[in-house]
Amino acid sequence: MRVRAPAFAAVLPLVLGACTYQHYQSDFGRGAVEDDQFLTLFTIFLAVCGVMYLLVIAFLFAGIWRRGRTADANVVETGRHHQSHPLMRGTLIGWSILIGVGLAGLAIASFFTDRSMAKAAAHEKLSITLTANQWWWDAQYNSDDPSKIFRTANELHLPVGVPTRIILRSNDVIHSFWVPSLAGKQDLIPGRESDITVVPKRTGIYRGQCAEFCGTQHAHMALVVNVDSYPDFVKWWDHQLRPAAAPTNAMTLAGYKYLTTGPCSACHSIGGTPASGQVAPDLTHLASRRSIAAGTLPMSEGNLYGWVEDPQSVKPGNRMPTIGLAPDQLHAVVAYLETLK
Amino acid sequence: MTEREPIEEENRRLAQRRRKIARDGKDLTGAKLAGRLERTWRRPPGIVGWLATVDHKEIGRRYIVTALLFLALGGVLALLMRLQLARPDNNMIGAERYNQLFTMHGSTMMFLFAVPVMEGVAVYIIPLMLGTRSTAFPRLNAFSYFMYLFGGLLLWVAFVLNIAPDVGWFAYTPLSGPQFSPGKRADVWAQMITFTEVSALAAAVVLVCTILKCRAPGMTLSRMPLFAWAMLVVAVMIIFSMPAVALASSMLISDRLIGTNFFNAAEHGDALLWQHMFWFFGHPEVYIIFLPATGFVSVMVETFCRRPVFAHAVVVLALISTGILAFGLWVHHMFATGLPRVGYSFYTAASMSVSIPTGLQIFCWLATMWDGRPRFPVPMLYVVGFIVTFVIGGLTGVIVAAVPLDLQLHDTFFVVAHFHYVLIGGAVFPLLGILTYWYPKITGRMMSEALGKVGFWLTFVGFHLTFFPMHWSGLLGMPRRVYTYPAGLGLELPNLISTIGAFVLAAGVVLFVVNGLVSLYRGAIAGPNPWGAASFEWATSSPPPVYNFEHIPVAESVTPLWDTVDDLPVVTGLRVDDKEMLLTTVVAAAPDLREPIPEPSLWPLISACAVGVVFVSSIFSPWALAVGIVPCGIALTAWFWPKELKRHPEPVID
Repeated sequence: MRVRAPAFAAVLPLVLGACTYQHYQSDFGRGAVEDDQFLTLFTIFLAVCGVMYLLVIAFLFAGIWRRGRTADANVVETGRHHQSHPLMRGTLIGWSILIGVGLAGLAIASFFTDRSMAKAAAHEKLSITLTANQWWWDAQYNSDDPSKIFRTANELHLPVGVPTRIILRSNDVIHSFWVPSLAGKQDLIPGRESDITVVPKRTGIYRGQCAEFCGTQHAHMALVVNVDSYPDFVKWWDHQLRPAAAPTNAMTLAGYKYLTTGPCSACHSIGGTPASGQVAPDLTHLASRRSIAAGTLPMSEGNLYGWVEDPQSVKPGNRMPTIGLAPDQLHAVVAYLETLK
Repeated sequence: MTEREPIEEENRRLAQRRRKIARDGKDLTGAKLAGRLERTWRRPPGIVGWLATVDHKEIGRRYIVTALLFLALGGVLALLMRLQLARPDNNMIGAERYNQLFTMHGSTMMFLFAVPVMEGVAVYIIPLMLGTRSTAFPRLNAFSYFMYLFGGLLLWVAFVLNIAPDVGWFAYTPLSGPQFSPGKRADVWAQMITFTEVSALAAAVVLVCTILKCRAPGMTLSRMPLFAWAMLVVAVMIIFSMPAVALASSMLISDRLIGTNFFNAAEHGDALLWQHMFWFFGHPEVYIIFLPATGFVSVMVETFCRRPVFAHAVVVLALISTGILAFGLWVHHMFATGLPRVGYSFYTAASMSVSIPTGLQIFCWLATMWDGRPRFPVPMLYVVGFIVTFVIGGLTGVIVAAVPLDLQLHDTFFVVAHFHYVLIGGAVFPLLGILTYWYPKITGRMMSEALGKVGFWLTFVGFHLTFFPMHWSGLLGMPRRVYTYPAGLGLELPNLISTIGAFVLAAGVVLFVVNGLVSLYRGAIAGPNPWGAASFEWATSSPPPVYNFEHIPVAESVTPLWDTVDDLPVVTGLRVDDKEMLLTTVVAAAPDLREPIPEPSLWPLISACAVGVVFVSSIFSPWALAVGIVPCGIALTAWFWPKELKRHPEPVID
């Protein structure tokens, strides 16, 4: 069973997922070893369950087909008259044994897959602390060297092939970390610390989403994971350590001033500036990210305008208030944000 | 010797009077007996009599009709959700309203439809099936219905007033706690739970005592119909599981009202505690809904295959072992919470092993069909639909029992598909079948066969069209409880198909209701036993008289109406001038006691109102509990006020 499974696993996504879209938030994304193991095990289960289902349906239709065998169809068979078919007793015992053996096989396959996933978790090379908030993700890349620690939000970069331990915490309610193409879910529970280790095996972009209902905007709590080659990853990390780009013209300077002295800085931080709020996403390299507001909108100038001007209509109920910027303030803020590559 | 003389004298006098007491028997039978019983058992006329009734058939009917109304309401919510999800980035229903919709849908379907409808059917049919005149504790039965009704009203009035809960039907803390759900929405949910749990516990006590003590003489445990077995197991499960969630909801409301911090991690409470308590109830809940349905299937398979269900004892053991196993697998709802990984293996094994008894039951039904001579009127179509559908749900259940698979599939639309296959395929299909089957017993008329067939096919096709694509959208990464999803993930097509299917399914259910209403006036007159079935509910007229049976029947086999050649043997000697029923021993069903049945009374309703006022006002102030206990106490005291003991000079059994 286990020998043939990888062949199944290779075929399954092709058969079922023969569509043109990219599997970037799907169990068929195969971005990590864990997802491969999932697909293999899923295929084994599907095959065994499929056989059992066919047996049941065959028995059902055999019964329906046999009903035509007697003329007096409405006669009651009961009391001393009714005798079960001699085969039935034996078939019942055989059926129980079949179910028992099938389940035992599946349980063993499941147990060993689980163990091998846990084994991969043993030697991590990189550690990230991911803190969930209503409704965004706060990431901190850890390092033994304090000068190499930095914060970012709603977007992770992982080096391909490197076991990465993601420490999971929540600041408010229960959330669940789920990037289907990389690994299964792990809840983030206030008052508890959990972790998950992933070993990405293919570069690419994978989308994840909070998988535990966490309030009004649960639907808009996505996370983008970029799996980079190791040199690209190191380059990205070095870039993240740099402070925010300094404003270069009058417009961006006005935006800089507003952001760092106005109400924004109470919640947001921008590296190398006085803005140091800790309760909202870090904006130091905002413009280099792929999306705004935890996957609500793709990153673009137009979307930045829409979001900064009225976050409550884009993502109703989220924690960022609509401030009511004057048009020139809005232009300046967006212009400055766009320089935060 | 001399001092005994007065006693003997007394005994002689009593024997004289005893002869004057009216009882059914050789001298009193036929229309004369029916008239006497009718006068004794009928309820007082008018609105007061309607409110005060303790007749299990009236209470059962109310339960069923109320539950079907909640099914319709919950179904409308489901259609609204499907409309919202029909296309990506849809803005028809906003996030807040959508969260209320799925919370209301889940809570309504689980607490106000699925469990009560099973209890309602059982309350109606079990006494008839067991050949007795009433449930045990008929006033408690009435009380349980009113508590259920008030709980349902609380939730839906709150919805109309826009204070409906929006924290999911599972209300995980801390999201449902005081910090993250200000306002009264979560309190409404918690108290609705308390209402329905009290109601379900009361109904469960009634059912357990009825099934164990009120069976017809001769109906030993081994001759008891499989539906009665299923309800016995279910009622015991309710008694063990519901207190967990009633306690949890009380702890939640005290967290919210008086800051007890049971679930607040910041104050050394624990958010996960809620999940353990909720799922310790929540998983048995699934079997509390499913096992009555297996009882329905056994009933229909027996009748329409013209033979007793194959391996009766195996089916009974399967029911009991499912009931026990159901309490050992709640953690499979919590695989993603980070509990110790090796411990999960136990719950995987327990979850998978539930499919052994279920698989055996399915085998027994199929073997009965294979061995027998099945006919396929509408109820039996639902049985076939049940097997074809439910087995898929059971097998996807095996899939999500495996930890590595569940970690991907948990909280996605794959799970939504799975449990709708189990709950609609496994419980609603048999329910629609059994309602068609028992409809002539309840109303005296048959449902239309032609409309029923069209309704079945619409329901069946609509169901699969709705829920099969959800397996697919789940695997493509669509989480549950999202009010919208982005374009480009491949989710457009499966969601559109699901939405179309939902309307086909709804059309099927509407057709069922129309059929039920039209047949009330147009249906063919049924007669006592239109299906040629074997159990006691068919031994009396349709609809049954208020006293159920003129004489209490005696059971001599599992299928008494098939095995009796001449007239059904009966018990005589029960009083006809007073409401009385026969209690039998638990195992052997030997006649044991004659039990007086309480008269109709308004006190169950008044008590339910008093308790209801406490529950509702405790949403707003903790003092409600202290003050409200007084009217509750008064109502209960009046309810249980002992009547003057009449000295009935009678032996226990003639």
